[in-house]
Amino acid sequence: MFLAGLIACAITGVLILVRIILGKTTFDRILAVNSLGTVIVISISLHGFYSNRPEFLDIAIVYALINFIGTVAVLKLFSTGSLGGDK
Amino acid sequence: MKTLILFLILLSLWLLMSGHYSILIISLGIISCAFCVYVTKRGKLIDDEGLPIFFMPRILNYLIWLFKEILKSNLSTAKVIIKGNVEPETFTVKASQVTDVARVTYANSITLTPGTVTTKMQKDVFEVHALNSDFGNDVRTNEMDKKVTWLEGKK
Amino acid sequence: MELILDIFTGICFFIGSLSIIIGACGLIKLPDVFSRIHAAGMIDTGGTAFFILGMVFQTGWTLITVKLILIGVFIFFTSPVTSHVTANLAREKHIIPVGKKIGKIL
Repeated sequence: MFLAGLIACAITGVLILVRIILGKTTFDRILAVNSLGTVIVISISLHGFYSNRPEFLDIAIVYALINFIGTVAVLKLFSTGSLGGDK
Repeated sequence: MKTLILFLILLSLWLLMSGHYSILIISLGIISCAFCVYVTKRGKLIDDEGLPIFFMPRILNYLIWLFKEILKSNLSTAKVIIKGNVEPETFTVKASQVTDVARVTYANSITLTPGTVTTKMQKDVFEVHALNSDFGNDVRTNEMDKKVTWLEGKK
Repeated sequence: MELILDIFTGICFFIGSLSIIIGACGLIKLPDVFSRIHAAGMIDTGGTAFFILGMVFQTGWTLITVKLILIGVFIFFTSPVTSHVTANLAREKHIIPVGKKIGKIL
């Protein structure tokens, strides 16, 4: 059952990678990378249950946090040309 | 009052996340929570925006309604993607909330239901992008707006 | 009892897998950035909600359940923020959405 979920996550990951390669604008790619991050969070927790070690959930929490911060930081860099502070 | 609530929230988060209940670990947790609360208070970040406790009495009712909406619009979005009858439209709606927190809650609720996205906001006018005219009509009937105004409870 | 919980988990995983695969297909198929955000929102809300619900059925009442719900709450709060930031920045860079416009847009 967990293996089936993992396979679905893998198929989704491949489809999102197609979008990242095709994407016309930068926003398409950033959006697709963010979705890929969400799918990876799901599959980390699924893999933890699949191998009977639910401690993997801590890593999933940290990945979710870094995914959010990373997306916003890349968008800020793209919009203003710096990450804040003096230029 | 709000300082105490923030401290209790942080401490319960520490206790739930750590899972070790020896005296050393718990005292370390109390020290770090107190330090976080001190830094937050020194930066004057504890106010209605940082800790919106005036939502609390009615939030459960609102969340249940929001989950139902999310489920319904997930189904309709899946249908639109499979059938491919996509006719995007852009329009503006007016928000009737008083505080900024409630306005952000309304904009986030619009974005969270798949099929509608808030693309721009100026004061209390939102520009909304909808995937189909059905989703657009859902927003234009102002049902969610009334719910969030009720959740805010300032009128 | 365990069989019933397993069946519930299976149903939740099935709906979640269907939801994320349809979302990824929409991400490829839909015409422009603003429409693709809807598909990404489907992955973020439908997919994670059902997968986490399915895993909660497997664990019962332990500390692991709290961590799972915490992941769900966190994605629930951050997904609209990233969607809105992306859409807002695309509008700031003067990308006009396809389709009809009703009234005056900002």
